[in-house]
Amino acid sequence: MTPKLGLSPERIARCRSLARSVAEGVRRETEPYTTVATERTVLRLLGVDGVDSEEVPVPNKVVAALASAGRLSRGAAVWIGSALAGGARDVEEAAARLSDPGSAASVREHPLWREAIAPHVEAGLDRIRTRRAERERRLASHPRDEQPLLYAIVATGNIHEDVVQAEAAARAGAQCIAVIRSTAQSLLDHVPYGATSSGFGGTFATQENFRLMRAALDSIEDELGRYVRLVNYASGLCMPEIAAMGAFERLDFMLNDALYGIIFRDINPLRTLIDQNFSRRINAAAGVVINTGEDNYLTTADAVEQAPAVLASQFINERLAKDAGLEDWQIGLGHAFEIDPELEDGLLYEIAQAQSAREIFPDAPLKYMPPTKHMTGNVFRGYQQNALFALTSVATGQSIHLLGMLTEALHTPFLHDRWLAIDQAKTIRTNARHLAEELRFAPDGRIVRRAHEVLAGAEKILETVAGRGLFDALSAGVFADTRRPIDRGRGLDGVVRRDPAYTNPFLEAWTRSMSGAPA
Amino acid sequence: MDALDERGPGVSGAGGRAGVSGAGGVRAYGDKRNDGAVQVSFTLPVAKSAVAVEAAKRFVLKMGLREPYVTLAEPIAPDFTYFVVYGRAAHDVDLSAIAASDAAAPDLSRDEIDAEIARRFGRRLVVLGCALESDAHTVGLDAIFNMKGFSGDYGLERYHGFDARNLGAQVPVAEVARRVREDAADAVLVSATVTQNDIHVRHMTELVDMLEAEGLRDRVVLIAGGARVDHALAQELGYDAGFGPGTTPSRVAAFLLEEISRRLPRAER
Repeated sequence: MTPKLGLSPERIARCRSLARSVAEGVRRETEPYTTVATERTVLRLLGVDGVDSEEVPVPNKVVAALASAGRLSRGAAVWIGSALAGGARDVEEAAARLSDPGSAASVREHPLWREAIAPHVEAGLDRIRTRRAERERRLASHPRDEQPLLYAIVATGNIHEDVVQAEAAARAGAQCIAVIRSTAQSLLDHVPYGATSSGFGGTFATQENFRLMRAALDSIEDELGRYVRLVNYASGLCMPEIAAMGAFERLDFMLNDALYGIIFRDINPLRTLIDQNFSRRINAAAGVVINTGEDNYLTTADAVEQAPAVLASQFINERLAKDAGLEDWQIGLGHAFEIDPELEDGLLYEIAQAQSAREIFPDAPLKYMPPTKHMTGNVFRGYQQNALFALTSVATGQSIHLLGMLTEALHTPFLHDRWLAIDQAKTIRTNARHLAEELRFAPDGRIVRRAHEVLAGAEKILETVAGRGLFDALSAGVFADTRRPIDRGRGLDGVVRRDPAYTNPFLEAWTRSMSGAPA
Repeated sequence: MDALDERGPGVSGAGGRAGVSGAGGVRAYGDKRNDGAVQVSFTLPVAKSAVAVEAAKRFVLKMGLREPYVTLAEPIAPDFTYFVVYGRAAHDVDLSAIAASDAAAPDLSRDEIDAEIARRFGRRLVVLGCALESDAHTVGLDAIFNMKGFSGDYGLERYHGFDARNLGAQVPVAEVARRVREDAADAVLVSATVTQNDIHVRHMTELVDMLEAEGLRDRVVLIAGGARVDHALAQELGYDAGFGPGTTPSRVAAFLLEEISRRLPRAER
């Protein structure tokens, strides 16, 4: 893609170097800790699953027992390994031996715990590799997908009804299906279990729901002659656990933002950033494309004023993603078409923002989000805003296009709302196919000037954040005008200081593979 | 087919489309008075076929629309067809029999409201805002509270007269009650965005119950807002007012000014 905005490569490089120093600070501050969610994830990767008679997930029981026995700081793997070396038949029995505080306190560290656990670690890694290879094989068996990928949401609350809607959307042309999560799941400190048929504003993310939707989309792959990507959320208090489930059930995209939970769900900053890193390592290994959430800044704040913050956050998200082992093609940075449609030249600012993102992150599968804030219930006007959004998407070479619904702000999408959106985006994608190749911008025009202004603004924000550190910047309200101190917020009680001999065998394996030759 | 008049007096059976409807009777308007022109769109869970199109016509006839004209029959999935149908509605509505109203609020600017609050109360009015329980959305709340406001109309945080405290989303009803007591709040604004399975009605009701149980209900003006909220629903649930989509902050502010004034003597007695 030819750069058209004349953005200074030096300034972009400087933004990246500032983001590097922000990420370095995050690593320093988070490295001394693990979290209950991270340890539950280790258990899941080792094969621990299921719930007790009161629907409490086994990983939660084990981690709670280890925590109350004061043993979590070594890492859950040490104790599963010790239970195995001490005679437990399998991982399930080892977990059972650790699932109440009394027994968790009585298991001794076994000198051969590493040997005992090694095959289970390898089995977990292999399970992820197998699902990844399966995706790669399926994708390779079809022609290359037309871009931008059309991304549709389903949100009925009932996984079985979601399947009906998802298949209809896929047949109509949707290339990615996101199952919207039930509201408030991000604040649950456990992952519900099994298939679910009731939820509010969405469907619970459970491993069984993932499996059901994956199977449904696979079942129409031959009929459609293309692979349909499945999307869910690695976010909230169970960020890494859901990333693990996504890896096991071959999800293709996962929403995974470094700051979203902190700013918009008041989850403790340390907790989020520790969990974020481990979840992204899992995403990296699984070959998942992450979708970051910068669009959310614009739903609460003004899109024109906040544009530099969006870009600054993209630089930070990119760096944190790379530090977790994600490659450029896996970093789906988010942004949104949220400028007030009444604003004179608002469309020009949208084009400036979208084109800048494309030029600054040329290899990232950018995810472009539709208007939501200025959707008023006037469905006709909404459809028109969505058309401008789709045109901007094609004109600036976006990669993933989240379809806007004309009934946004009214209700979860009806079957025909989604069809109208797919039809609109397909028509515009075809009708304006080579527009991006033809477009040039006036060198001193409004679009170019705006792009330069936003980049300069982002550089300033990054200087501030790098200067005071991300945690301090969060507590000062640099992002979305929301203040989030390091010692406040949900889930702080699940942050545990690591013992000097802390071990997480999966983190070890993935850190090793990063420093070695590329896979 | 005309026996659709279950809504009591005011909606007459309107025998045919020829006659002018009675005094106060109003009909849908397309391009001439009383033509009853209506457009509907819907999906039937039926594969597209001649039978499906005829089914759509009959469906629309049952809705009380005459001369159904199917302009779009689109197979949007193997077993689903999307229809756009035009028709002529036989019904009219008697305006004089309708009691519905919006929450009454004077038409005042932000400066006028601030000046009135200073004059009448001599202090800032404490206003809490929140989305309840599982509702994680703040878009409505932010439109009314944030400095920036909505549609060129500044939010409550911009007013000198209000001490606007935005508690954010997912606030448990017990927490709202606690804050009403501790902050000595004058008013509470509840924003309801998630409405699936009428969850908003449940949470809104729980808040009223909680405030009543704690003897706090009479101390605050209670307002609800959201895409699926209107004044009648809010009043039915025990709120003082309800505001639907498109409401500007100044309208809410003007209502707060008047309602708190009206209640104050009683509340401070």
